[in-house]
Amino acid sequence: MDFENIILSISRGVATITLNRPDKLNSFTDAMHAELRAAFKLIGKDDAIRAVLLTGAGRGFCAGQDLSDRAMGDGNSTPDLGATLDKNYNPLIRTIRNLPMPVVCAVNGVAAGAGANLALACDIILAAKSASFIQAFCKIGLIPDAGGTWMLPRLIGLGRAQALAMLGEKVTAEQAEQWGMIWKSVDDAQLLQEATTLAEHVATQPTQAYALMKRAFNASTTNDLDQQLDLERDLQKVAGHSDDYREGVSAFLEKRPAEFSGK
Amino acid sequence: MPITQTGHTDILVTAPAPHVAQITLNRPKAYNALCTNLLKELSETLHEAAGDSGIRAVILTGGPKVFAAGADIMELAAHDEDSIKQDIRPNYWQAVRDFPKPLIAAVNGYCLGGGNELAMHADIIIAGHKAEFGQPEINLGIIPGAGGTQRLLHAVGKSRAMQMVLTGTYLNAKDACALGLVSEVVQAELCIERAQEIASLIASKPPIAVQKAKHAISQAFEMPMKDALTLEREAFCSLFGTEDRLEGIAAFTEKRKPVFKGK
Repeated sequence: MDFENIILSISRGVATITLNRPDKLNSFTDAMHAELRAAFKLIGKDDAIRAVLLTGAGRGFCAGQDLSDRAMGDGNSTPDLGATLDKNYNPLIRTIRNLPMPVVCAVNGVAAGAGANLALACDIILAAKSASFIQAFCKIGLIPDAGGTWMLPRLIGLGRAQALAMLGEKVTAEQAEQWGMIWKSVDDAQLLQEATTLAEHVATQPTQAYALMKRAFNASTTNDLDQQLDLERDLQKVAGHSDDYREGVSAFLEKRPAEFSGK
Repeated sequence: MPITQTGHTDILVTAPAPHVAQITLNRPKAYNALCTNLLKELSETLHEAAGDSGIRAVILTGGPKVFAAGADIMELAAHDEDSIKQDIRPNYWQAVRDFPKPLIAAVNGYCLGGGNELAMHADIIIAGHKAEFGQPEINLGIIPGAGGTQRLLHAVGKSRAMQMVLTGTYLNAKDACALGLVSEVVQAELCIERAQEIASLIASKPPIAVQKAKHAISQAFEMPMKDALTLEREAFCSLFGTEDRLEGIAAFTEKRKPVFKGK
């Protein structure tokens, strides 16, 4: 597939996906979603890719759904937004949450609506100081989607999540960092470099362990402690079989840097 | 007489633990689609295992990624209404049905159509967390032809069975477990190992009692309750003539581990 609405580049074990509709603040269309699906499919098949970096072209990260995209339905017909979630947003969020490698997000500008929640679905989120997060859904009579109603309360607590969702107020990158919504806010000029360095670093680390810990974290909200301990037991058993465990321990005992293959 | 792998192209036969044999479906490029030859090799292997007193339990798996995605479509396409009536495959399914020793299926990934019918022939199913069960034959203009309509009904109840068969949609591992189609859901990487644990545990029990218990339970859907209870009673009484029964009771009263001989 030729990518027009995103840019996919692969280097040093990192697949960088750049949302590429800068004139429209990288808002989502059916076509962009299809390209994202194709990109993640490629990433899933390529053993050499051990991390993903997601960012946006231009001054915005992602403004959410492009309201003028025909997928939204014209004024007369009743659109089936549930179908849009089933087709586009939910698979994307599931893909990111289930991707067996770290997904780093570099929020380079405004992240609104599903664009904000796309960022929040990623594993490690860095944002430019001038970036902001807006749960803009309420302004058009909708609920937060793309996993926002699940992720936001987990990240910042129910009180703040509900206030943000109901008021649609902007959250600055620094505020987001303070609240624990994201990992770090970074000077605008440093964002891409810092995110790239971080992504390249995690691409050299034990990828299987990352995949397994994502599974553990994903399950942790609905498990009780007993179930989570059992899950840790099972996932750790699998991790212990990995080459990277052997390498990690050997390197430690031999007092040398480890070289992880990701297997 | 040990099971050998001589001449098998579509299955692998291994001995993962004492008294346990494992049959791994081995047509990875075809997602283990059940072609006639595979079914033939499977039925021959089970026939040998039935006569081998050293084997007390058999594991059936498709490997870590997929169980079996259905029957071989090209073979099906070659048949017409008359030739399908002469199809030899029902003989091979009969061999699976007639296998007197415990059969434990370790299901990872897709378990569809004939694959699901094969899994449901097993006495116990252990599912990996990504397993998906379905009878999508309806999409090809046919219906399950190897017991799927009957066994699925017994396994998941009428409404669920009807929905699955009439819409061709799938059941995930978690729901399959909640409904009782499978006994346990485990992390995919540990599925076969868990099946091996269970198979070993069963293999440590008195073999004659194990076979009689399997037979009694299996007959439940083949005869009225009154007759099934008579069968159970006869099996129960017959076990009083075994040495293993004496050994079991002696070990219990002497507070030691029993050593069963299969007599």
